Amino acid sequence: MSDRAFTHAIWGAALLVACTFFWLLGDLIWRGVPHLSWQFFISAPSNAGRAGGIAPILVSTLLILAVAMAAAIPLGLGAAVWLAEYAQHKVALGRAVRLSLDVLAGVPSIVFGLFGNAFFSMFLGLGFSILSGGLTLACMILPIFIRTSEAGLSSIGADWRQSAAALGMTRATALWHILLRAAAPSIVAGFILGMGRATAETAALIFTSGYVDRMPGSLSDSGRSLAVHIYDLSMNVTGGDAAAYASALVLVLLIVAINSSAFALSDRWMTRRITLS
Amino acid sequence: MKLLSDEPVTTYTVGDVEPGPPCCDPVPHLRVTNLSVAYDATTVLDDVSLDINKGCITALIGPSGCGKTSFLSALNRLTDLIPGARVQGRIQFEDTNLLGADVDVMALRRRIGMIFQKPNPFPLSIRRNLELPLREHGVHHRDQLAHKIETALRDVGLWHEVSNRLDSPALALSGGQQQRLCIARALILEPTILLMDEPCSALDPISSGVVEELIQRLRGRYTVVIVTHNLAQARRIANYAAFFWMKERVGKLIEFGRSQCLFETPINPLTAAYVAGVSG
Repeated sequence: MSDRAFTHAIWGAALLVACTFFWLLGDLIWRGVPHLSWQFFISAPSNAGRAGGIAPILVSTLLILAVAMAAAIPLGLGAAVWLAEYAQHKVALGRAVRLSLDVLAGVPSIVFGLFGNAFFSMFLGLGFSILSGGLTLACMILPIFIRTSEAGLSSIGADWRQSAAALGMTRATALWHILLRAAAPSIVAGFILGMGRATAETAALIFTSGYVDRMPGSLSDSGRSLAVHIYDLSMNVTGGDAAAYASALVLVLLIVAINSSAFALSDRWMTRRITLS
Repeated sequence: MKLLSDEPVTTYTVGDVEPGPPCCDPVPHLRVTNLSVAYDATTVLDDVSLDINKGCITALIGPSGCGKTSFLSALNRLTDLIPGARVQGRIQFEDTNLLGADVDVMALRRRIGMIFQKPNPFPLSIRRNLELPLREHGVHHRDQLAHKIETALRDVGLWHEVSNRLDSPALALSGGQQQRLCIARALILEPTILLMDEPCSALDPISSGVVEELIQRLRGRYTVVIVTHNLAQARRIANYAAFFWMKERVGKLIEFGRSQCLFETPINPLTAAYVAGVSG
């Protein structure tokens, strides 16, 4: 292949990928925007979602995500800290935990859905509820969040740990004030990967948080997430396409909003330090 | 406030330690007896006994891998951090054996500070770097913090260079400034002993000179134990010198004594060869 042809092929590949994305986005905007209005955000769906808006669905989605975050962040950071800081004395156990996390990260979400249904909904008696859904999502995003955060913590050299210890600082102080902050970029990256996966999730939620499209009164009510709503509109409701496109556009915007606020937050942490040159 | 004036550096964190004529009348500050350090099954330092004298600078010299850093780390129990490390023997500090199981290691490390080879300020502002250890040891009052920070920065000659940018990141300072900040961070806890592990080797010659001069000024007020590969530096600054060498893959103390004696009239032929080989 000549150099010229090769260059064209490389350019072509990159452009094709970019085009696919812009086509998808353009299609969403083209078909979704006409259906979007203030009413769409603040009213309940009617006529099986063909008319009305997505207010209860938006609320359910945010609640499910909040439950998932509240469970996954502390648990995940704890596990990541254990793996990165304490597991060197327990090599075999550390390896077993890492292996199981890596396997879990690859498990299809429908399996998490079945597990969540059996464990949270049935065994713990939470039923079809936002709590069941959120906790199932937490299980799903934990592996990737833990492994990314652990990698961030492990990549920090021994210098700061040693100097903190030499100043008579406890491990907890060193972790909280120095190490976790230094690892913030990785922790945020893991969080974004996890939340992106959780926000887009359908299979794991159908069996756990259910698809009741009423406004949830509490965390123990069933609630339909945006992704489930889109799935339902496009698969089960004839004539629901316009509302499905509009909901999909909202979902994409939501993910963009979560990602950019996570980056903004980590940037604010960073201004107090300087990235290592 | 008096401290805000532009007077030259005269205030020192420890202050009351008698500078005296250094080392004329040696008083042991740390008495090390039969110290051995092993990592898992490998002994790296065997049966070292020596006295670290108060207010003096003691240099540890010798080739890489002969256990100097292990010796230094045993003095503030930093060896505790290394999985599989075993330290045996006795280190007498005031009335306690530092290696005892009941020693409050955190309090001990406050009294025996340590400076590392690579400057390692925390990725925080200059002020936070100095505040964090103080807060950890129970100093929370704002005025007290500010006073101690200024004193420590003056002690290391950094105050004039950074007083107008205390809130900017410490990692933006030059290498030499970072190392002096690390020394200030150790001094701010008011230790009496400072352990230094090749504090100048990662610095350019000018910064290295500044830090060396600072170490000279610490003499008398602090007891300094310094590992250095720079024999000329050891000769310039040390009152006492200890020469370590590998024998059958185990680090041993070969000779210890007045720096001048060790460099000019060494008793052991190994010392003589090492000192002559590198300096000649």
